[in-house]
Amino acid sequence: MVGKRSLALFAVLGFGYAFLYLPIVLLVIFSFNESRLVTVWSGFSTKWYGELLGNQKILDAAWLSLKIAFVNACGAVFLATLAAVVIVRFRSFRGRTLFLALVTAPLVMPEIITGLATLLMFVAMEHAVGWPEGRSATTVTIAHITFSMAFATVVIQSRLSQMDRTLEEAAMDLGARPLKVFFVITLPIIAPSLLAAWLLAFTLSLDDLVIASFVSGPGSSTLPQVIFSSVRLGVSPQINALATIFVGVVTVGILLAGRLMNRNESAGR
Amino acid sequence: MDAVQDSVLNRAIGVFIMVDTQTVPAPARAPGGSLGQPWKDPKAVPFIKLEGVSKSYGDILAVNRVDLSIHKGELFALLGASGCGKSTLLRILAGLEVPTEGRVFIDGVDMAGMPPYRRPTNMMFQSYALFPHMTVEQNIAFGLKQEQAPRARIVERVAAVLDLVQMGAFARRKPHQLSGGQRQRVALARSLVKEPKVLLLDEPLGALDKKLREQTQFELVNIQERVGVTFVVVTHDQEEAMTMSSRIGVMNAGRIEQVGTPAEIYEYPHSRYVADFIGTANLLEGIVQTHAADTVVVQCPDMPSAVAVSQVGAVPAGASVTVMIRPEKMTMGRDRPTGEVNAAPGRVRDIAYLGDISIYHVQLDSGKVMEVAQTNLRHTAEQRVTWEDVVWVGWHPANAVVLTQ
Ligand SMILES: Nc1ncnc2c1ncn2[C@@H]1O[C@H](COP(=O)(O)OP(=O)(O)OP(=O)(O)O)[C@@H](O)[C@H]1O
Ligand SMILES: [Mg+2]
Repeated sequence: MVGKRSLALFAVLGFGYAFLYLPIVLLVIFSFNESRLVTVWSGFSTKWYGELLGNQKILDAAWLSLKIAFVNACGAVFLATLAAVVIVRFRSFRGRTLFLALVTAPLVMPEIITGLATLLMFVAMEHAVGWPEGRSATTVTIAHITFSMAFATVVIQSRLSQMDRTLEEAAMDLGARPLKVFFVITLPIIAPSLLAAWLLAFTLSLDDLVIASFVSGPGSSTLPQVIFSSVRLGVSPQINALATIFVGVVTVGILLAGRLMNRNESAGR
Repeated sequence: MDAVQDSVLNRAIGVFIMVDTQTVPAPARAPGGSLGQPWKDPKAVPFIKLEGVSKSYGDILAVNRVDLSIHKGELFALLGASGCGKSTLLRILAGLEVPTEGRVFIDGVDMAGMPPYRRPTNMMFQSYALFPHMTVEQNIAFGLKQEQAPRARIVERVAAVLDLVQMGAFARRKPHQLSGGQRQRVALARSLVKEPKVLLLDEPLGALDKKLREQTQFELVNIQERVGVTFVVVTHDQEEAMTMSSRIGVMNAGRIEQVGTPAEIYEYPHSRYVADFIGTANLLEGIVQTHAADTVVVQCPDMPSAVAVSQVGAVPAGASVTVMIRPEKMTMGRDRPTGEVNAAPGRVRDIAYLGDISIYHVQLDSGKVMEVAQTNLRHTAEQRVTWEDVVWVGWHPANAVVLTQ
């Protein structure tokens, strides 16, 4: 009975994992494929990795995307922390509900609308104040911050609202001013959520195609844009190689972050 | 009242409250000793003064028009049932809560608008509120660092208070690696380290074992006498309040019901609530029959005859009152007591043998159960009272109190 049940359970588990990860596993396998045809296996080779390293266009786009994602994550976490503190710590001020709604609206806003709206705003701003000049990496970064900040806010806010308020009160009672309390007590305690929010914002930016298509200009194509346009001309195994590298980097990053957070969590109790 | 009498009283109280006979006399402080009784001096200026302080959370009135004066160097205990507003009152003093009404003065300064970090107070939180990301040492040093104390002084002070709470061996641990009692000691040490003018302790010793608790009580009293800190201590351990404090404030539903020395609170409670809350009390409902110069006669339905109580102060005839008698103030015997005493026959329903004393539950004919405490004077009393015996309980009119509230 038990054996039967566990067999069924394993089957379901296996199916679930396969559903989630088989595509990625295939992608990784085919990145080592000798053949140019993505669907036919003809022997092991790392030549696509070599070719990838020679493809300046993709490398440039990848580097640009990483830079944008990095700046975006930092900016989003900074703004999201401020927003979370306002939402959690200032329980009653005029317009709090509106503020809450405005901050979290991008969560449910279709990206295509966010993209179009930010594009319109940039054009209007350029017209009015002469900045930003045309579409560039800067506009992509700004647009990314506006939408990933909403996600970061939710993550940080949930941690902050769980934090024991009396810790801050105790610090103040012992003579620390509010700003000091924030940096010495509050920030270290919610640090795991800042890291999680940073990673989330980073990934969201790295991932985004739609918004970037609206607000990026010539010469500032992000990696998803370059991949998408090259795939339209036919899938090159180079893309597989690139994706494999990304999967590897992301996996390592997530594992590291998870460990860090675990350690932090147990210390936080 | 002299010290000897006082410690005897403490001991008696300890027995009744703790059902624990081996009470090592904790730091018995004699009112009228080194401290004096500044609250009796109308000219004395209180160190902490609350004037009509209220705090409401929406509909909940957590603190209700509290007027309170606490003098320099006092160890003032706040006692009361759970949820009666003790912590809220401390938080108001610490500046963590803004009173809805009323004013707070500390050392003559109006505390209105004064943030916690500028007040001359330190608080120990009921939940300890230890900083989870700091070691025990860092937690304790935090307050000193805020006032930019020199490193050497910080190190020395931290070591001193760690020693005091016997936590020196745990200096490098994080709070989550400590037991409940150890955390409590760290929290206490953290609040003591700055030696502020006012120390607000919210249940400082609740999680400690008896021995450690007594040692720490002793240390607290020491600090108080050495440094002249004014303590406000919340506790619901009555023995602790009795042995440590110069005065006790009994709280009930946001109000302060009575303020007085431990002996005053125990011997002359103002209300039923206080009488019932502190120690054990036999309470008899009744109607005042006559009121002579120094004796009130109360008709109690539970008693076979009217009860006489020596009492100065006017109680109008016809008022409904409660007569309170402490168990140790009662006598018990097989024969009707003679002389000017109140007496009633009853049957022994229960006996609790506590070594030095025994507590008898005597059911009167009316069904009312009285608690009587008797000192066990002999090894084997020839006529030891036992279960279901018919006995007479009695007490002298001077040993009861009439409560009008
Ligand atoms: N932030 C708050 N919001 C609403 N009600 C509160 C708040 N803090 C306290 N109260 C209420 O105020 C009352 C007094 O609370 P307080 O914490 O002062 O009680 P306490 O005497 O310290 O009790 P205990 O002995 O259990 O610690 C309680 O009824 C409590 O529910
Ligand atoms: Mg409390």
